[in-house]
Amino acid sequence: MNDHIAKRIELKAPVSRVWRALTDYREFGQWFRVNLDGPFVPGQVSRGQITYPGYEHLKWEAVVQKMDPERLFSFTWHPYVVDPKKDYSKEPPTLVEFRLEKTKDGTLLLVTESGFDKIPSDRRLEAFRMNDGGWTQQMKNIENHVTQTS
Amino acid sequence: MSHKRHSVAVQRHARAPVFAALGDETRLALVAKLCGRQLYSISQLTQGSRLTRQAITKHLRVLESAGIVHSVRAGRESRFEFDPEPIEGIKEYLDFVSAQWDQALSRLKSFVED
Repeated sequence: MNDHIAKRIELKAPVSRVWRALTDYREFGQWFRVNLDGPFVPGQVSRGQITYPGYEHLKWEAVVQKMDPERLFSFTWHPYVVDPKKDYSKEPPTLVEFRLEKTKDGTLLLVTESGFDKIPSDRRLEAFRMNDGGWTQQMKNIENHVTQTS
Repeated sequence: MSHKRHSVAVQRHARAPVFAALGDETRLALVAKLCGRQLYSISQLTQGSRLTRQAITKHLRVLESAGIVHSVRAGRESRFEFDPEPIEGIKEYLDFVSAQWDQALSRLKSFVED
């Protein structure tokens, strides 16, 4: 699985606090910078308006997937859609997953965004490396990028 | 900064066909071959492949429509060359999304730790 972005961050706050910040639509909206119309409900579309300065004209739209209390929150969306006139619904969405783990000092939050699909997997990248093409390094960069965990 | 953010995101729309074009073993093999040298004819690309000339042509057209290869007319036949730009664009796009997450998570951190 190398078609994803993965982040991990230690938060000095209890799991219950982090869970609320992620899944209460008003709290989510505050740090994510989106004004959501209503609560997150699994299987339902979440709509709202971006409040990030300079991007207030953009809409937020995601489909809530899983809400497994204090463990997993996930949704699918079209990341960073910028053209309000364009219909992005036919493009495959990406899946965003927030996983929470209790630690000694608080919460470990793991965030992955996957489905930037079709980026070549490791095995496929081998095919590129066998070649002397000048852009082999470029593929290496992509691989490093998509496998990084920072 | 905000201008950069906007321009990269706008380009995203054109990235979808690149992701799709690379999501196929045959096309990846073609790209691997093409990126090692300047120009290939369809016959050269068909050599050593189990696929027919027609099948190879079809795959080349997909790569061409994503901008990953360009065809160049050489006498009576087309030759194909590799263009690294769309794949570089993918990296740029992933960098962009990744940076957005870094910013959002740092806001989340302040939000829950305050």
